[in-house]
Amino acid sequence: MTTFRNSFPLKSYYFGLIALLYLPIAVLFLFSINSNTFLSFPLQGLTLNWYEKLFASDALLRSARNSLVVALGSSLAATLLGTMVSLLMMRYQFRSKGLLVAMAVLPLIVPYIVLAVALLLLFSVLKIDRSLLTVGVAHTVVALPYVLLIVASRLAGFDINIEDAAMDLGANYPTTLRRIVIPMIAPAMVSAWLTAFTVSFDEFALALFLAGTQPTFPVYLYGQLRFASRLPIMIALAVLMMIGTLTLVLIAERVRRVK
Amino acid sequence: MDRRATFWFLYFPPLLWLGAFFLIPLLLMVAYSFRADMHGSFFQLWQPSLAQYEKLIATGSYWRLLGVSSLMAMVISVTAVILSYPIAYFLAFYGRERAGFYLVLLLVPFWTSYLLRVMAWKIMLGTEGVINSFLIYTHVIQQPLTALLYNRNAVILTLIYVWIPFVTLPILAALQRIDISLFEAAADLGARPIHQFLRITLPLSLPGVFAAFFMVFIPTVGEYVTPLLVGGSRGSMYGNIIQDFFTKAANWPFGSAMSMVMLLGTLIMVGLATRLINLRDFLE
Repeated sequence: MTTFRNSFPLKSYYFGLIALLYLPIAVLFLFSINSNTFLSFPLQGLTLNWYEKLFASDALLRSARNSLVVALGSSLAATLLGTMVSLLMMRYQFRSKGLLVAMAVLPLIVPYIVLAVALLLLFSVLKIDRSLLTVGVAHTVVALPYVLLIVASRLAGFDINIEDAAMDLGANYPTTLRRIVIPMIAPAMVSAWLTAFTVSFDEFALALFLAGTQPTFPVYLYGQLRFASRLPIMIALAVLMMIGTLTLVLIAERVRRVK
Repeated sequence: MDRRATFWFLYFPPLLWLGAFFLIPLLLMVAYSFRADMHGSFFQLWQPSLAQYEKLIATGSYWRLLGVSSLMAMVISVTAVILSYPIAYFLAFYGRERAGFYLVLLLVPFWTSYLLRVMAWKIMLGTEGVINSFLIYTHVIQQPLTALLYNRNAVILTLIYVWIPFVTLPILAALQRIDISLFEAAADLGARPIHQFLRITLPLSLPGVFAAFFMVFIPTVGEYVTPLLVGGSRGSMYGNIIQDFFTKAANWPFGSAMSMVMLLGTLIMVGLATRLINLRDFLE
Protein backbone atom coordinates (compact mmCIF):
# COMPACT_ATOMS: atom_id res chain seq x y z
CA MET A 1 0.00 0.00 0.00
CA THR A 2 2.72 2.45 0.84
CA THR A 3 5.09 4.02 -1.57
CA PHE A 4 8.45 3.16 -0.08
CA ARG A 5 8.98 -0.40 1.02
CA ASN A 6 11.86 0.21 3.38
CA SER A 7 10.68 2.21 6.38
CA PHE A 8 14.01 2.23 8.19
CA PRO A 9 15.26 5.68 7.06
CA LEU A 10 11.96 7.30 7.95
CA LYS A 11 11.81 5.55 11.27
CA SER A 12 15.34 6.60 12.23
CA TYR A 13 14.55 10.15 11.14
CA TYR A 14 11.48 10.13 13.37
CA PHE A 15 13.37 8.89 16.42
CA GLY A 16 16.29 11.24 15.75
CA LEU A 17 13.96 14.20 15.70
CA ILE A 18 12.14 12.98 18.79
CA ALA A 19 15.50 12.84 20.59
CA LEU A 20 16.22 16.43 19.56
CA LEU A 21 12.77 17.53 20.70
CA TYR A 22 13.24 16.01 24.14
CA LEU A 23 16.81 17.22 24.58
CA PRO A 24 15.97 20.76 25.84
CA ILE A 25 13.37 19.33 28.20
CA ALA A 26 15.95 16.90 29.55
CA VAL A 27 18.34 19.84 29.96
CA LEU A 28 15.75 21.68 32.04
CA PHE A 29 15.22 18.65 34.23
CA LEU A 30 18.97 18.20 34.66
CA PHE A 31 19.31 21.88 35.51
CA SER A 32 16.77 21.51 38.32
CA ILE A 33 18.73 18.72 40.01
CA ASN A 34 22.20 20.11 39.26
CA SER A 35 24.06 21.37 42.33
CA ASN A 36 25.63 24.32 40.51
CA THR A 37 23.67 27.43 39.50
CA PHE A 38 24.65 27.00 35.90
CA LEU A 39 24.75 23.86 33.85
CA SER A 40 28.22 22.97 32.67
CA PHE A 41 30.08 19.81 31.85
CA PRO A 42 31.20 17.75 33.63
CA LEU A 43 28.27 17.89 36.06
CA GLN A 44 29.45 18.77 39.57
CA GLY A 45 26.86 16.80 41.45
CA LEU A 46 23.16 16.20 41.78
CA THR A 47 20.85 17.58 44.42
CA LEU A 48 17.19 17.91 45.36
CA ASN A 49 18.09 21.07 47.22
CA TRP A 50 16.33 23.38 44.76
CA TYR A 51 13.09 21.50 45.17
CA GLU A 52 13.31 21.92 48.92
CA LYS A 53 14.18 25.58 48.66
CA LEU A 54 11.30 26.44 46.39
CA PHE A 55 8.81 25.66 49.13
CA ALA A 56 10.47 28.33 51.25
CA SER A 57 10.19 31.04 48.62
CA ASP A 58 6.99 32.96 49.33
CA ALA A 59 6.99 35.24 46.30
CA LEU A 60 7.53 32.27 44.02
CA LEU A 61 4.74 30.24 45.56
CA ARG A 62 2.45 33.26 45.45
CA SER A 63 3.07 33.63 41.72
CA ALA A 64 2.27 29.94 41.24
CA ARG A 65 -0.95 30.40 43.20
CA ASN A 66 -1.78 33.46 41.05
CA SER A 67 -1.38 31.36 37.92
CA LEU A 68 -3.61 28.70 39.38
CA VAL A 69 -6.34 31.19 40.30
CA VAL A 70 -6.25 32.86 36.88
CA ALA A 71 -6.26 29.54 35.05
CA LEU A 72 -9.17 28.18 37.09
CA GLY A 73 -11.30 31.30 36.72
CA SER A 74 -10.60 31.98 33.06
CA SER A 75 -10.99 28.34 32.00
CA LEU A 76 -14.40 28.07 33.68
CA ALA A 77 -15.58 31.33 32.10
CA ALA A 78 -14.21 30.33 28.70
CA THR A 79 -15.88 26.91 28.87
CA LEU A 80 -19.23 28.45 29.77
CA LEU A 81 -19.11 31.19 27.12
CA GLY A 82 -17.55 28.94 24.46
CA THR A 83 -20.23 26.29 24.96
CA MET A 84 -22.91 28.97 24.56
CA VAL A 85 -21.39 30.11 21.26
CA SER A 86 -21.10 26.49 20.04
CA LEU A 87 -24.78 25.86 20.78
CA LEU A 88 -25.76 29.02 18.93
CA MET A 89 -23.47 28.16 16.04
CA MET A 90 -24.69 24.59 15.60
CA ARG A 91 -28.37 24.88 16.59
CA TYR A 92 -29.61 28.36 15.67
CA GLN A 93 -29.90 30.57 12.62
CA PHE A 94 -29.76 34.29 13.29
CA ARG A 95 -28.62 37.43 11.57
CA SER A 96 -25.59 38.33 13.69
CA LYS A 97 -24.30 34.75 13.69
CA GLY A 98 -21.37 35.57 11.44
CA LEU A 99 -20.25 38.41 13.68
CA LEU A 100 -20.53 36.39 16.88
CA VAL A 101 -18.67 33.37 15.50
CA ALA A 102 -16.00 35.63 13.98
CA MET A 103 -15.46 37.38 17.32
CA ALA A 104 -15.19 34.01 19.03
CA VAL A 105 -12.67 32.56 16.55
CA LEU A 106 -10.53 35.60 15.74
CA PRO A 107 -8.63 35.67 19.06
CA LEU A 108 -6.90 32.56 17.68
CA ILE A 109 -5.56 34.62 14.78
CA VAL A 110 -4.98 38.13 16.12
CA PRO A 111 -1.34 38.38 17.30
CA TYR A 112 -1.10 38.31 21.09
CA ILE A 113 0.94 41.50 21.11
CA VAL A 114 -1.91 43.33 19.35
CA LEU A 115 -4.54 41.93 21.70
CA ALA A 116 -2.32 42.71 24.69
CA VAL A 117 -1.89 46.38 23.82
CA ALA A 118 -5.56 46.72 22.86
CA LEU A 119 -6.65 45.40 26.26
CA LEU A 120 -4.05 47.59 27.95
CA LEU A 121 -5.66 50.58 26.22
CA LEU A 122 -9.13 49.48 27.33
CA PHE A 123 -8.19 49.06 30.97
CA SER A 124 -6.28 52.31 31.10
CA VAL A 125 -9.10 54.27 29.44
CA LEU A 126 -11.55 52.77 31.95
CA LYS A 127 -9.02 53.40 34.74
CA ILE A 128 -9.17 49.77 35.83
CA ASP A 129 -6.02 48.75 37.70
CA ARG A 130 -4.14 45.85 36.22
CA SER A 131 -4.49 42.71 38.32
CA LEU A 132 -5.15 38.99 38.14
CA LEU A 133 -8.66 39.91 37.05
CA THR A 134 -7.45 41.70 33.93
CA VAL A 135 -5.17 38.77 33.07
CA GLY A 136 -8.10 36.39 33.60
CA VAL A 137 -10.31 38.43 31.27
CA ALA A 138 -7.66 38.28 28.54
CA HIS A 139 -7.15 34.55 29.00
CA THR A 140 -10.88 33.93 28.75
CA VAL A 141 -10.89 35.66 25.36
CA VAL A 142 -7.96 33.64 23.96
CA ALA A 143 -9.15 30.30 25.40
CA LEU A 144 -12.67 30.70 24.01
CA PRO A 145 -11.82 29.63 20.42
CA TYR A 146 -10.37 26.34 21.67
CA VAL A 147 -13.55 25.64 23.64
CA LEU A 148 -15.68 26.55 20.63
CA LEU A 149 -13.79 24.21 18.29
CA ILE A 150 -13.83 21.26 20.70
CA VAL A 151 -17.48 21.57 21.76
CA ALA A 152 -18.82 22.43 18.28
CA SER A 153 -17.18 19.39 16.73
CA ARG A 154 -18.86 17.23 19.38
CA LEU A 155 -22.22 18.87 18.64
CA ALA A 156 -21.71 18.28 14.93
CA GLY A 157 -21.15 14.61 15.65
CA PHE A 158 -24.46 13.86 17.25
CA ASP A 159 -27.90 13.48 15.77
CA ILE A 160 -30.16 16.50 16.05
CA ASN A 161 -33.18 14.16 15.80
CA ILE A 162 -32.58 13.13 19.40
CA GLU A 163 -33.37 16.68 20.45
CA ASP A 164 -36.48 16.76 18.27
CA ALA A 165 -37.59 13.46 19.78
CA ALA A 166 -37.21 14.86 23.29
CA MET A 167 -39.27 17.88 22.35
CA ASP A 168 -41.95 15.74 20.64
CA LEU A 169 -42.20 13.83 23.89
CA GLY A 170 -43.07 17.04 25.65
CA ALA A 171 -39.79 18.39 26.99
CA ASN A 172 -39.37 22.11 26.55
CA TYR A 173 -36.12 23.41 25.07
CA PRO A 174 -34.31 24.27 28.31
CA THR A 175 -35.13 20.81 29.63
CA THR A 176 -33.90 19.24 26.40
CA LEU A 177 -30.67 21.17 26.76
CA ARG A 178 -30.24 20.17 30.36
CA ARG A 179 -31.24 16.53 30.08
CA ILE A 180 -30.11 15.60 26.56
CA VAL A 181 -27.66 18.03 24.99
CA ILE A 182 -25.47 18.94 27.96
CA PRO A 183 -24.92 15.30 29.02
CA MET A 184 -24.04 14.43 25.42
CA ILE A 185 -21.43 17.16 25.10
CA ALA A 186 -20.16 16.84 28.68
CA PRO A 187 -16.95 14.99 27.72
CA ALA A 188 -16.15 17.69 25.18
CA MET A 189 -16.82 20.37 27.78
CA VAL A 190 -14.47 18.72 30.26
CA SER A 191 -11.81 18.38 27.59
CA ALA A 192 -12.34 22.01 26.54
CA TRP A 193 -12.09 23.13 30.15
CA LEU A 194 -8.77 21.33 30.65
CA THR A 195 -7.46 22.75 27.39
CA ALA A 196 -8.50 26.27 28.40
CA PHE A 197 -6.82 25.73 31.75
CA THR A 198 -3.48 24.83 30.16
CA VAL A 199 -3.76 27.68 27.64
CA SER A 200 -4.00 30.12 30.54
CA PHE A 201 -1.63 28.43 32.95
CA ASP A 202 1.62 29.16 31.15
CA GLU A 203 0.49 32.11 29.04
CA PHE A 204 3.08 34.88 29.13
CA ALA A 205 2.60 37.32 26.23
CA LEU A 206 -0.69 38.76 27.50
CA ALA A 207 0.08 38.38 31.20
CA LEU A 208 3.26 40.46 30.92
CA PHE A 209 1.19 43.46 29.82
CA LEU A 210 -1.81 42.94 32.05
CA ALA A 211 -0.58 41.47 35.35
CA GLY A 212 0.48 44.74 36.97
CA THR A 213 1.76 44.11 40.48
CA GLN A 214 0.35 40.60 40.72
CA PRO A 215 2.64 38.46 38.57
CA THR A 216 1.57 35.05 37.38
CA PHE A 217 4.29 32.42 37.43
CA PRO A 218 5.59 33.01 33.87
CA VAL A 219 5.76 36.78 34.49
CA TYR A 220 7.52 36.26 37.81
CA LEU A 221 9.95 33.82 36.18
CA TYR A 222 10.71 36.40 33.52
CA GLY A 223 11.34 39.08 36.14
CA GLN A 224 13.77 36.80 37.99
CA LEU A 225 15.84 35.88 34.94
CA ARG A 226 18.39 38.58 35.80
CA PHE A 227 19.33 36.73 38.98
CA ALA A 228 21.26 33.67 37.87
CA SER A 229 21.37 32.26 41.39
CA ARG A 230 17.57 32.12 41.54
CA LEU A 231 17.23 30.29 38.26
CA PRO A 232 17.52 26.66 39.47
CA ILE A 233 14.71 27.17 41.99
CA MET A 234 12.50 28.69 39.30
CA ILE A 235 13.24 25.84 36.93
CA ALA A 236 12.53 23.30 39.68
CA LEU A 237 9.05 24.73 40.14
CA ALA A 238 8.65 24.97 36.38
CA VAL A 239 9.45 21.28 36.03
CA LEU A 240 6.81 20.40 38.62
CA MET A 241 4.28 22.59 36.81
CA MET A 242 5.22 21.09 33.47
CA ILE A 243 4.45 17.64 34.82
CA GLY A 244 1.13 18.95 36.12
CA THR A 245 0.12 20.57 32.83
CA LEU A 246 1.16 17.55 30.85
CA THR A 247 -1.00 15.31 33.00
CA LEU A 248 -3.96 17.61 32.39
CA VAL A 249 -3.41 17.65 28.63
CA LEU A 250 -3.16 13.89 28.46
CA ILE A 251 -6.39 13.58 30.46
CA ALA A 252 -8.04 16.15 28.16
CA GLU A 253 -7.04 14.12 25.08
CA ARG A 254 -8.38 10.94 26.72
CA VAL A 255 -11.69 12.54 27.61
CA ARG A 256 -12.09 14.10 24.18
CA ARG A 257 -11.86 10.69 22.53
CA VAL A 258 -14.61 9.24 24.73
CA LYS A 259 -17.41 8.28 22.39
CA MET B 1 -41.35 29.85 22.17
CA ASP B 2 -39.00 28.73 24.95
CA ARG B 3 -36.45 28.13 22.23
CA ARG B 4 -36.37 31.88 21.67
CA ALA B 5 -36.00 32.59 25.38
CA THR B 6 -33.10 30.14 25.49
CA PHE B 7 -31.58 31.91 22.53
CA TRP B 8 -31.33 35.22 24.36
CA PHE B 9 -29.95 33.46 27.40
CA LEU B 10 -27.21 31.89 25.27
CA TYR B 11 -26.68 34.96 23.12
CA PHE B 12 -26.08 37.85 25.49
CA PRO B 13 -23.25 36.64 27.76
CA PRO B 14 -20.76 35.74 25.00
CA LEU B 15 -21.78 38.73 22.87
CA LEU B 16 -21.25 41.16 25.74
CA TRP B 17 -18.00 39.51 26.84
CA LEU B 18 -16.42 39.39 23.39
CA GLY B 19 -17.76 42.82 22.53
CA ALA B 20 -16.33 44.37 25.67
CA PHE B 21 -13.02 42.54 25.81
CA PHE B 22 -12.21 41.81 22.18
CA LEU B 23 -14.04 44.08 19.73
CA ILE B 24 -14.05 47.32 21.72
CA PRO B 25 -10.35 47.11 22.69
CA LEU B 26 -9.44 46.68 19.02
CA LEU B 27 -11.66 49.63 18.08
CA LEU B 28 -10.01 51.66 20.83
CA MET B 29 -6.68 50.82 19.29
CA VAL B 30 -7.94 52.03 15.91
CA ALA B 31 -9.09 55.27 17.55
CA TYR B 32 -5.79 55.73 19.35
CA SER B 33 -3.82 55.28 16.17
CA PHE B 34 -5.54 58.40 14.77
CA ARG B 35 -4.48 60.58 17.68
CA ALA B 36 -1.75 63.13 17.18
CA ASP B 37 -0.40 62.73 20.75
CA MET B 38 -1.29 61.38 24.17
CA HIS B 39 -2.35 64.68 25.71
CA GLY B 40 -5.81 65.06 27.19
CA SER B 41 -8.39 62.56 28.38
CA PHE B 42 -9.52 59.88 26.02
CA PHE B 43 -13.13 60.96 26.31
CA GLN B 44 -12.50 64.49 25.17
CA LEU B 45 -13.08 64.79 21.47
CA TRP B 46 -9.93 65.19 19.47
CA GLN B 47 -9.12 66.05 15.91
CA PRO B 48 -8.46 62.78 14.02
CA SER B 49 -4.95 62.90 12.70
CA LEU B 50 -2.90 60.83 10.32
CA ALA B 51 0.30 62.00 12.01
CA GLN B 52 1.22 58.56 13.38
CA TYR B 53 0.73 56.83 10.05
CA GLU B 54 2.69 59.53 8.24
CA LYS B 55 5.55 59.08 10.69
CA LEU B 56 5.35 55.30 10.33
CA ILE B 57 5.34 55.40 6.54
CA ALA B 58 8.23 57.88 6.49
CA THR B 59 10.44 55.79 8.78
CA GLY B 60 12.19 53.15 6.73
CA SER B 61 13.61 51.23 9.68
CA TYR B 62 10.16 50.06 10.83
CA TRP B 63 9.33 48.72 7.41
CA ARG B 64 12.70 47.02 7.24
CA LEU B 65 12.03 45.40 10.60
CA LEU B 66 8.58 44.29 9.44
CA GLY B 67 10.27 42.86 6.35
CA VAL B 68 12.92 41.11 8.43
CA SER B 69 10.25 39.72 10.76
CA SER B 70 8.25 38.39 7.80
CA LEU B 71 11.38 36.89 6.31
CA MET B 72 12.25 35.22 9.61
CA ALA B 73 8.70 33.87 9.86
CA MET B 74 9.04 32.61 6.28
CA VAL B 75 12.32 30.80 7.00
CA ILE B 76 10.90 29.35 10.22
CA SER B 77 7.67 28.08 8.69
CA VAL B 78 9.22 26.67 5.52
CA THR B 79 11.97 24.87 7.48
CA ALA B 80 9.47 23.55 10.02
CA VAL B 81 7.23 22.24 7.23
CA ILE B 82 10.13 20.55 5.42
CA LEU B 83 11.43 18.94 8.62
CA SER B 84 7.95 17.80 9.64
CA TYR B 85 6.82 16.32 6.33
CA PRO B 86 8.78 13.06 6.68
CA ILE B 87 7.46 12.72 10.23
CA ALA B 88 3.87 13.09 9.06
CA TYR B 89 4.59 10.65 6.22
CA PHE B 90 6.03 8.14 8.65
CA LEU B 91 3.06 8.46 11.01
CA ALA B 92 0.53 8.20 8.20
CA PHE B 93 1.91 5.18 6.38
CA TYR B 94 4.28 3.32 8.68
CA GLY B 95 2.89 3.96 12.16
CA ARG B 96 0.41 1.09 11.93
CA GLU B 97 -1.02 0.13 15.33
CA ARG B 98 1.62 2.22 17.07
CA ALA B 99 0.74 5.44 15.19
CA GLY B 100 -1.24 6.82 18.11
CA PHE B 101 1.66 6.32 20.50
CA TYR B 102 4.16 7.85 18.06
CA LEU B 103 1.91 10.86 17.67
CA VAL B 104 1.57 11.42 21.41
CA LEU B 105 5.34 11.06 21.79
CA LEU B 106 5.75 13.80 19.22
CA LEU B 107 3.16 16.09 20.79
CA VAL B 108 4.30 15.86 24.41
CA PRO B 109 7.02 18.52 23.93
CA PHE B 110 4.43 20.76 22.31
CA TRP B 111 2.10 20.36 25.28
CA THR B 112 4.74 21.37 27.78
CA SER B 113 5.05 25.04 28.58
CA TYR B 114 6.02 27.23 25.66
CA LEU B 115 7.94 29.64 27.86
CA LEU B 116 9.91 26.77 29.36
CA ARG B 117 10.94 25.36 26.02
CA VAL B 118 12.21 28.79 25.04
CA MET B 119 13.98 29.03 28.42
CA ALA B 120 15.56 25.67 27.77
CA TRP B 121 17.15 27.04 24.60
CA LYS B 122 18.46 30.01 26.54
CA ILE B 123 20.17 27.59 28.90
CA MET B 124 21.48 25.59 25.96
CA LEU B 125 22.84 28.49 23.90
CA GLY B 126 24.24 30.86 26.56
CA THR B 127 27.97 31.57 27.00
CA GLU B 128 27.91 29.37 30.11
CA GLY B 129 25.30 27.19 28.47
CA VAL B 130 25.16 23.52 27.73
CA ILE B 131 26.49 23.63 24.18
CA ASN B 132 29.45 25.87 25.03
CA SER B 133 30.49 24.01 28.14
CA PHE B 134 30.15 20.72 26.32
CA LEU B 135 32.33 21.91 23.44
CA ILE B 136 34.94 23.26 25.85
CA TYR B 137 34.82 20.06 27.88
CA THR B 138 35.47 18.01 24.75
CA HIS B 139 38.22 20.49 23.70
CA VAL B 140 36.55 21.36 20.43
CA ILE B 141 36.81 25.02 21.37
CA GLN B 142 38.82 26.93 24.00
CA GLN B 143 36.74 30.09 24.36
CA PRO B 144 32.93 30.01 24.68
CA LEU B 145 31.11 30.96 21.49
CA THR B 146 29.17 34.16 22.08
CA ALA B 147 27.46 34.07 18.73
CA LEU B 148 25.00 31.35 19.77
CA LEU B 149 22.58 33.42 21.83
CA TYR B 150 21.03 36.88 21.45
CA ASN B 151 20.70 37.15 17.70
CA ARG B 152 18.21 36.34 14.96
CA ASN B 153 19.55 32.84 14.38
CA ALA B 154 18.81 31.91 17.99
CA VAL B 155 15.22 33.13 17.51
CA ILE B 156 14.85 31.17 14.27
CA LEU B 157 16.31 27.98 15.75
CA THR B 158 14.16 28.18 18.87
CA LEU B 159 10.95 28.83 16.97
CA ILE B 160 11.55 26.01 14.48
CA TYR B 161 12.02 23.74 17.48
CA VAL B 162 8.84 25.03 19.11
CA TRP B 163 6.68 24.58 16.00
CA ILE B 164 7.75 21.20 14.60
CA PRO B 165 5.27 18.99 16.49
CA PHE B 166 2.38 21.33 15.72
CA VAL B 167 3.23 21.58 12.01
CA THR B 168 3.04 17.83 11.63
CA LEU B 169 -0.67 17.72 12.44
CA PRO B 170 -2.24 19.34 9.34
CA ILE B 171 0.17 17.49 7.02
CA LEU B 172 -0.71 14.23 8.72
CA ALA B 173 -4.42 15.00 8.37
CA ALA B 174 -3.99 15.59 4.63
CA LEU B 175 -1.95 12.42 4.12
CA GLN B 176 -4.46 10.32 6.00
CA ARG B 177 -7.24 11.54 3.75
CA ILE B 178 -5.59 10.16 0.61
CA ASP B 179 -7.46 7.20 -0.85
CA ILE B 180 -5.11 4.22 -0.58
CA SER B 181 -6.50 2.62 -3.72
CA LEU B 182 -4.77 5.42 -5.66
CA PHE B 183 -1.40 3.95 -4.68
CA GLU B 184 -2.48 0.50 -5.83
CA ALA B 185 -3.73 1.90 -9.11
CA ALA B 186 -0.46 3.75 -9.66
CA ALA B 187 1.57 0.66 -8.84
CA ASP B 188 -0.58 -1.47 -11.17
CA LEU B 189 0.03 1.02 -13.94
CA GLY B 190 3.75 0.72 -13.36
CA ALA B 191 4.60 3.93 -11.53
CA ARG B 192 7.86 3.72 -9.66
CA PRO B 193 7.78 4.66 -5.93
CA ILE B 194 9.38 8.04 -6.48
CA HIS B 195 6.86 8.87 -9.19
CA GLN B 196 4.03 7.70 -6.99
CA PHE B 197 5.24 10.13 -4.38
CA LEU B 198 5.77 13.07 -6.72
CA ARG B 199 2.60 12.59 -8.78
CA ILE B 200 0.12 11.40 -6.15
CA THR B 201 1.14 11.74 -2.54
CA LEU B 202 2.79 15.14 -2.66
CA PRO B 203 0.11 16.95 -4.72
CA LEU B 204 -2.69 15.48 -2.63
CA SER B 205 -0.99 16.50 0.60
CA LEU B 206 -0.40 20.10 -0.51
CA PRO B 207 -3.51 21.49 1.22
CA GLY B 208 -2.08 20.19 4.49
CA VAL B 209 1.31 21.67 3.68
CA PHE B 210 -0.20 25.09 2.99
CA ALA B 211 -2.32 24.90 6.13
CA ALA B 212 0.77 24.03 8.15
CA PHE B 213 2.68 26.91 6.60
CA PHE B 214 0.05 29.49 7.48
CA MET B 215 -0.53 28.06 10.95
CA VAL B 216 3.12 28.83 11.72
CA PHE B 217 3.70 31.91 9.59
CA ILE B 218 0.80 33.98 10.92
CA PRO B 219 1.55 33.71 14.65
CA THR B 220 5.31 33.92 14.07
CA VAL B 221 5.23 37.33 12.37
CA GLY B 222 3.58 38.69 15.50
CA GLU B 223 5.96 36.94 17.87
CA TYR B 224 7.56 39.01 20.64
CA VAL B 225 8.25 36.62 23.52
CA THR B 226 10.89 34.41 21.91
CA PRO B 227 12.94 37.39 20.63
CA LEU B 228 12.66 38.90 24.11
CA LEU B 229 14.18 35.80 25.70
CA VAL B 230 16.72 34.48 23.21
CA GLY B 231 16.96 37.27 20.63
CA GLY B 232 18.24 40.15 22.71
CA SER B 233 18.51 43.56 21.06
CA ARG B 234 20.03 42.14 17.88
CA GLY B 235 17.24 39.61 17.48
CA SER B 236 14.28 41.97 17.91
CA MET B 237 11.20 41.51 15.80
CA TYR B 238 8.42 43.93 14.87
CA GLY B 239 6.37 42.86 17.90
CA ASN B 240 9.18 43.92 20.24
CA ILE B 241 9.06 47.47 18.89
CA ILE B 242 5.31 47.59 19.52
CA GLN B 243 6.01 46.41 23.05
CA ASP B 244 8.63 49.15 23.49
CA PHE B 245 6.23 51.88 22.39
CA PHE B 246 3.73 50.75 25.00
CA THR B 247 6.23 50.30 27.81
CA LYS B 248 9.58 52.10 27.66
CA ALA B 249 8.79 54.77 25.07
CA ALA B 250 5.18 55.24 26.22
CA ASN B 251 4.03 56.48 22.85
CA TRP B 252 0.71 54.72 22.65
CA PRO B 253 -0.71 56.40 19.54
CA PHE B 254 2.34 55.40 17.52
CA GLY B 255 2.36 51.91 19.03
CA SER B 256 -1.32 51.62 18.07
CA ALA B 257 -0.56 52.60 14.48
CA MET B 258 2.18 49.95 14.37
CA SER B 259 -0.25 47.38 15.81
CA MET B 260 -2.78 48.32 13.15
CA VAL B 261 -0.26 47.57 10.42
CA MET B 262 0.42 44.21 12.03
CA LEU B 263 -3.28 43.44 12.45
CA LEU B 264 -4.08 44.33 8.85
CA GLY B 265 -1.13 42.29 7.61
CA THR B 266 -2.34 39.32 9.64
CA LEU B 267 -5.89 39.62 8.34
CA ILE B 268 -4.62 39.79 4.74
CA MET B 269 -2.59 36.62 5.34
CA VAL B 270 -5.65 34.89 6.80
CA GLY B 271 -7.70 35.99 3.80
CA LEU B 272 -5.05 34.57 1.50
CA ALA B 273 -4.91 31.34 3.49
CA THR B 274 -8.65 30.79 3.34
CA ARG B 275 -8.62 31.28 -0.43
CA LEU B 276 -5.88 28.67 -0.86
CA ILE B 277 -7.18 26.04 1.50
CA ASN B 278 -10.39 24.96 3.11
CA LEU B 279 -9.56 25.70 6.76
CA ARG B 280 -12.50 23.63 7.93
CA ASP B 281 -10.68 20.48 6.87
CA PHE B 282 -8.06 21.10 9.51
CA LEU B 283 -10.22 22.09 12.43
CA GLU B 284 -10.53 18.77 14.12
